Amino acid sequence: MEALHADMRALGMGGVRSAHSCALYFVDGKIAPEEMDLLGRFVFSDPVVETCAWRVLGAPSESGSKAAGVDGAAARAVIEILRKPGVADPFGEEAVRAAHELGVKGVERVATGTRWEFEGEGLTSAVLETMARRLLANPLVDRWAFGEIQPLFPDEEAHGAPVVWLDVASMDDEALLALSRERRLALDLVEMRAIRDWYRQAGRAASDVELEMLAQTWSEHCVHKTFKALVHVREVDRNSTLVRDYTVDSIFRTFIQTVTRSLDRPWVASAFVDNAGIVNFDGAWDLSFKVETHNHPSAVEPFGGANTGVGGVIRDIMGVSARPIAVTDVLCFGPQDTPADLLPEGVLHPRLIARGVVEGVEDYGNKMGIPNVNGAVVFHPGYASNPLVYCGCVGLAPRGAHVHQPRPGDHVIVLGGRTGRDGIRGATFSSMTMDASTGEVAGASVQIGEPIVQKRALDVLLEARDAKLYTAVTDCGAGGLSSAIGEMASQLGADIELAGLGTKYPGLSAWELWLSEAQERMVLAVPPEHVAALDALCKKWAAEYWDLGSFRNDGRLVVRLGGEVVLDLPGTFLHEGLPRRQLEARIVRDESDLASEVLDATSTTFQVAQPARAAVDAGSRPAGQGTHVQFASRLLELLASPNIASREQIVRRYDHEVQGGTVVKPFAGPGGDAPQDAAVLVPQGTGGAWGIALSNAIRPDKGEVDPCGMAWSCVDEAVRNAVAVGADPDKLAILDNFCMGNPNDPLVMGALVETARGLHDAALAYGTPIISGKDSFYNEYLGGDGRRHAIPPSLLVSAMGFVPNVTKVMTSFLKQPGDLLMLVRGSHLLPTDRIRNFYRAIHQAIQAGELAAVHDCAEGGAAVAVAEMCMGGRMGAVLEIPSSEEGDDFWFADMDAALIVEVRQGFEERFEMRMAEAAGSEALTLLGEVQRAPVLEITGHGVRETIAIDQLLTAWKVQGAEVLP
Amino acid sequence: MKALVLKAPGTNRDRDLVEALELAGSQAEVVPLAILREAPERIQKYGMVVVPGGFSYGDALGAGKLLALDLITYFQEAMSDFVASGRPVLGICNGFQALVKAGLLPGSARSLQVTLTANEKGRFECRWVRLAAPASHCIWTQGLEDFWCPVAHGEGRLASFENEALARLREGGHIALIYTNADGQPAGGEYPANPNGSIGDIAGLCNEQGNVLGLMPHPENAVFSYQTASLPGKSGKGALELLRRGVAFALQS
Repeated sequence: MEALHADMRALGMGGVRSAHSCALYFVDGKIAPEEMDLLGRFVFSDPVVETCAWRVLGAPSESGSKAAGVDGAAARAVIEILRKPGVADPFGEEAVRAAHELGVKGVERVATGTRWEFEGEGLTSAVLETMARRLLANPLVDRWAFGEIQPLFPDEEAHGAPVVWLDVASMDDEALLALSRERRLALDLVEMRAIRDWYRQAGRAASDVELEMLAQTWSEHCVHKTFKALVHVREVDRNSTLVRDYTVDSIFRTFIQTVTRSLDRPWVASAFVDNAGIVNFDGAWDLSFKVETHNHPSAVEPFGGANTGVGGVIRDIMGVSARPIAVTDVLCFGPQDTPADLLPEGVLHPRLIARGVVEGVEDYGNKMGIPNVNGAVVFHPGYASNPLVYCGCVGLAPRGAHVHQPRPGDHVIVLGGRTGRDGIRGATFSSMTMDASTGEVAGASVQIGEPIVQKRALDVLLEARDAKLYTAVTDCGAGGLSSAIGEMASQLGADIELAGLGTKYPGLSAWELWLSEAQERMVLAVPPEHVAALDALCKKWAAEYWDLGSFRNDGRLVVRLGGEVVLDLPGTFLHEGLPRRQLEARIVRDESDLASEVLDATSTTFQVAQPARAAVDAGSRPAGQGTHVQFASRLLELLASPNIASREQIVRRYDHEVQGGTVVKPFAGPGGDAPQDAAVLVPQGTGGAWGIALSNAIRPDKGEVDPCGMAWSCVDEAVRNAVAVGADPDKLAILDNFCMGNPNDPLVMGALVETARGLHDAALAYGTPIISGKDSFYNEYLGGDGRRHAIPPSLLVSAMGFVPNVTKVMTSFLKQPGDLLMLVRGSHLLPTDRIRNFYRAIHQAIQAGELAAVHDCAEGGAAVAVAEMCMGGRMGAVLEIPSSEEGDDFWFADMDAALIVEVRQGFEERFEMRMAEAAGSEALTLLGEVQRAPVLEITGHGVRETIAIDQLLTAWKVQGAEVLP
Repeated sequence: MKALVLKAPGTNRDRDLVEALELAGSQAEVVPLAILREAPERIQKYGMVVVPGGFSYGDALGAGKLLALDLITYFQEAMSDFVASGRPVLGICNGFQALVKAGLLPGSARSLQVTLTANEKGRFECRWVRLAAPASHCIWTQGLEDFWCPVAHGEGRLASFENEALARLREGGHIALIYTNADGQPAGGEYPANPNGSIGDIAGLCNEQGNVLGLMPHPENAVFSYQTASLPGKSGKGALELLRRGVAFALQS
């Protein structure tokens, strides 16, 4: 309720004095009054703290609230909200089940909703409309009424629309493009012509099922056209004079795959082949890791988008036969104080996006019982209309447990959730630029998550794996069954009968059944002799499954509905018929050009303060005459800024303890609030001797200026964070996630080529194989002003490292008064692979017990890092400005390859020798000493400033909380 | 002695509990609700019944509500027999919510109406809390020293509409665990030491017999030394001790 009031204030509705909500249930069926009383007491309310009233619809209203406040400016108003028909309502379904369990068998359907009652001034119909549309409901999935709403149950139409056959073969270019546009196929002319030519040769019409499947199979989302394209690169100077030009024959092969191949680490078990990358650190267990984006869905329906983003990446891990053991989330939002009238039309406010996304992430991970242990929240004006939602998942499986070789005759079985209209055409949706109408037309792309359905499927899947009941498994993601079965059957082909598929409601047409992205579904290849055993497992765990047919042996995919053939395509055409894309890239060698273009777009659109930049620019701000008089005030300001403030109020909403293996927690230290550079997990069931470290790095501020440098910084920061908690830098794998604008824009492609090149060079230098990656394009929004609003080039690097000894994990908070604090830097070793020696030395120092605390120097530089170490340990420090250093740059600059360490007493000399040997004497700078008094003191150059740790905590935790969602 | 770990659709800390119970000296078997439903009397084979945490039925219609309905519909007789036999029963988090909503806690004898409802802050929270065991009838917590363990819930606030509920719980010896501040003093309703706003800082309740314990925090996540390795000064020792007492009691009964 506090959040709602804050949101109302943000939208200029300060006149609302009170807001109350209650749950609404519409019950359909033959029910006696005493049965309704029973349901009210046992099912619909908690009689200890709630009251429940009911009446028969159509009877006179029991209160005078009807339609109040629609005209004029009433003092009291009511808004009732229900889900639109066809949108999943899992709580309604549970209520029906519960009613039957209670013996009230007459209940047929239940719809759930919310009733809001407001009191206050100025509740005009315009205010109420804004309130409903912007704050309380989502127009995509909800409908509402001012006053009492009437329920609409999904219609019981028994048959879907018949299959449409289109004479593609005789279409000219114009007709082909019109067809692509009308059906939102997101295919270009070259691709449409390839489809036409195939049907010409086949001499028949195309069914809508086939066209929809081709569009999904050939979508950017599914085949990564951009990463596989032939890219013609032109590098020019600032006068647009050509410096050089060359061709990149597949960014993926040139810059990504080669890293892993040439590093050739024996512990990489699978890279880029399966749904997730797989490594094998200890010999007995396979660890899988995958990070996905769910940006477009989260922009239009933040809760559902983020919710199913988490659900989807968990299924990727289930798709490699692994138990999910951790989720991660990296979220990028626009500034929370962006004035609403500066947003492009049709864009949700960043506050609402952030609130919904965080709730969505919370809901899925918590309910599946998977700890959320690592992540980041980044604010930047470039994300105001395009949030980024990265969801990661780590899995564990006995070595070699994953199988992926279906055999002819194996049954094609769908396990998990029922199919509905939710999430139709998601893959093509995410392969298009959004505009103001996107929210409405892409309504069906919104996906609704049901984590408990997926939990049941997981329970079945893991036992089926151990009993070796299947020969292949994959998840249903973008493209639904068409993509999952299409890929699994790409070699063998399959015969599929869609009539056997369980649906949420009747009336789905063939292409909807085949394309639906309804969540929580896995596809298994089950040998006929194991179907009965799978059936028993599903009964045991109360899960549903549907047997749709079997694999062929000739590569033909044949789909029927009620016996009628609705799709008949060879795997060769589906999977190899896509013409290769050719793209232009333009790289402006004077780096300020691209940066100024992006900055110009974002700042003129939003005209708001840029806290992301402010925080980072603090480092490069002119430092006066080397004075430090502003040290305390600058530090306090930074600590309370959105990109640095304590993340507790977001991260505590995620369960980071379930599965009992979280060793280095998101918040540690004596106060339980010290943020850590990375998480360390002991995977449940592996014995507890070793662990894994999980870290991430994302630097959009650098992406604007220097995409190649951004990639270096991201690899460095991800490695640094993992090493800081005890990971071995020689057993560390990374994942990449590129988020960019429209790849048809040569400047966007130029930034992509530069980012990929940087990633390639850095990963080779650091010796970190890339085991999985994903790309998301079209992260831009065509505003009502006719201008493009693209995100800054964004690369997320996630790392998973081996922690050989869990008793030697390292944390960031100060431990012991009298210990020395040092800055250790390896940046002078860049860009060579000597940087590995630097991180090896840090790792060995941790293993040898020389260090008591380690913390990465990131946003806000050494000053913020030391402050966090002090706050975390509830201890002070005396810092001396090194005589060799001048100016504030030293304290506030963000540096690559830099860490603050607390050296244990008696180990100073050994540590210094170790670092000097590995990285030269310039690697070490003495900063000062830990002290028991909870005061941070800084002296030198004639300056002396002191700040109480409590003061730091107030800025960072209390003031900081106000700027976060 | 074997403990029955009841797993409903959405239960997710079952494996955590199995590991912790094994460390505490018990065997443990995870039994799916759908299987146990076919023969509820099988409960009597076990020395202990544990209802773990999670989101049974997705928390639809209220946390623990639909699992409580299952307990009433399918296991009322079997559970009453088991409780009456004096053997230990433990409900953690979602399991606690289900035991309360099924009327097994604080015990139906005196028809005291309490519930577990939305946290005062209105949101799910995960954090470590310090717990103390006041004098009670509880066989799990008698004389237990203070310990730390995590909470992870959105609906953990113990509430009642009866003004004298707290006094009656105290007099009846039902208050098995309370939230304290870092110094070991009762939290006094102060957030975050009392993370959810429970009346009387109540973290755990027992029945009159003392053999049924329900609690919101997760002792099963504070039994291995690595679980507290990054939290100096926060010992989970009492968490394992709590489970050991339950196991020891089950072995005797």
